[in-house]
Amino acid sequence: MTETMTSPSGTGPAAAAGTRIMVKADSVHKSYGQLDVLKGIDLEIAAGEVVCLIGPSGSGKSTLLRCINHLEGINGGRMWVDGKVVGYDIKGTKLHEQKHNDVCRNRTDIGMVFQHFNLFPHMTVLENLVEAPRLVLRQKKSQVTARALRLLERVGLADKAGSYPRQLSGGQQQRVAIARALCMEPKLMLFDEPTSALDPELVGEVLKVMKDLAQSGMTMVVVTHEMNFARDVADRVVFMADGNIVEQGPAAQLITNPQNERTRSFLASVL
Amino acid sequence: MSATAVKVEPQRTSPDQYTTVKARYPGRWVSAVVILGVGGLALQSVFTNPRFGWETVGKYIRDVSIVNGIGITLMLTAVCMVIGVVLGVVLAVMRLSLNPVVRTAAFGYVNFFRGTPVLVQLLFWYNLAALYPTISFGIPGVNLDANQIITPMFAAILGLGLNQGAYMSEIVRAGILSVDHGQAEAAGALGINRFHTMRRIILPQAMKVIIPPTGNETIGMLKTTALVSVISVPELLYSSQIIYARTFETVPLLIVASLWYIVVTSVLSVGQYYLERRYAKGGQRSLPMTPWQKLALFFNTHAPLNTDRLARKGGTR
Repeated sequence: MTETMTSPSGTGPAAAAGTRIMVKADSVHKSYGQLDVLKGIDLEIAAGEVVCLIGPSGSGKSTLLRCINHLEGINGGRMWVDGKVVGYDIKGTKLHEQKHNDVCRNRTDIGMVFQHFNLFPHMTVLENLVEAPRLVLRQKKSQVTARALRLLERVGLADKAGSYPRQLSGGQQQRVAIARALCMEPKLMLFDEPTSALDPELVGEVLKVMKDLAQSGMTMVVVTHEMNFARDVADRVVFMADGNIVEQGPAAQLITNPQNERTRSFLASVL
Repeated sequence: MSATAVKVEPQRTSPDQYTTVKARYPGRWVSAVVILGVGGLALQSVFTNPRFGWETVGKYIRDVSIVNGIGITLMLTAVCMVIGVVLGVVLAVMRLSLNPVVRTAAFGYVNFFRGTPVLVQLLFWYNLAALYPTISFGIPGVNLDANQIITPMFAAILGLGLNQGAYMSEIVRAGILSVDHGQAEAAGALGINRFHTMRRIILPQAMKVIIPPTGNETIGMLKTTALVSVISVPELLYSSQIIYARTFETVPLLIVASLWYIVVTSVLSVGQYYLERRYAKGGQRSLPMTPWQKLALFFNTHAPLNTDRLARKGGTR
């Protein structure tokens, strides 16, 4: 169904270097009625790269993230994930939006973590992890359960497999949510403000899991307000404002020495 | 203020020397006594008035035709509720469809069946043969006599079941809408398709909202089945009517029917309680206690020889 596109060669620095491009946005536009949320985003993210999207609220960073796995459709431009156009079939010069169930089938290798966790409250932690690989990937129960338990171990919640989400703290719930996304064995992980709904003392445990994940080589796109995390963990930080990418660069450089005036005033207000 | 209090009673320094006295509410005692008095008088009149015919009630309470009537009432309730729930889920999903024609069709159905009295609907189904003497379902070669297919029982099931579907759809729809949108989004992000999202993620959570009014509807349905006595289905009420038409013991037989209705609805209430508990799973940190557990706790804490409580009364902190 999906027309496989090799990303146009030689268009980006990473492509020129021969690295696999995991996410490529080419002039992506998105609007809600009159309101333009994304005004032509160009972005390339290489496999294994960790990119933090920062910016004031309403800058379009969450929307951009949600466009990557087609939770939001785009109105113009194109978006590739691992060389495939997400959510659309290309016919001539037109992007034909796929049916919902086809979109679902095609985004199984993109994991997503939400601000409010969105765990399934009627299932135990283990059931939360096992559900999608069983239903979507049709994998054997024993195989998925073994992997799920390994992942729970990895996020430090091996003893909570039988608990219900309500019985866990926010930080534990978010770690379960990360494990649930990883249980689908994705190539790309999207994080939408994963620590914004947490009590301050619980933020650290989630960031630690994310840091471990980053060090394991996972490609990650993280919308965050945690500047310390961005500086320490991200390979690159992208600053967005008013639906545009204003400035981007290596994490330490952008955060400690921003060039653009908007970036500077934003960082001054959050740091 | 606290400073002066300390000065007034300087000798009572230990907090252990104070005991708390509970507030008294004499009004509660008065209202309890009034209610018990009025209730007692009412009961006395019920049991001493010979016109209630308690002997006749006792004679017919386990009469074969009455018991058969209960069986038919229960069967009708069960079948019609199953039809209602299945139809309700289908209609609710249709109501939430993105297709305006599907959406409007479901709305039209609900509007029609909620907008006409169920008694009228029952009479309609009963008299269907007057509208369509033969039924072919549009299939050539099929030619069925409506009078033979639409028995009173079938008319009753159609009438009550289709009507219930309309009410159930509103309950199910409310349940589906009560589930946070993030649930469907999370399921979609994991690649779970629409059907499985509805069946495995949304509906199980919607059950918490759907079950209590459905229990209510089941109890309502049990009593509504009395309506089908007008199309001569021998359920509980009609069975009693047949007897009192012969013996003229109208009131005792209506009491027989009422007693059975109360017994059955009470049993259903207990079932509803445990069903609600089951679907509260994950909703609270721990399940609420059953009445038995609450009773046990009450007797435990108020037992005169409970050492725990005595120790607390002794004033240790």
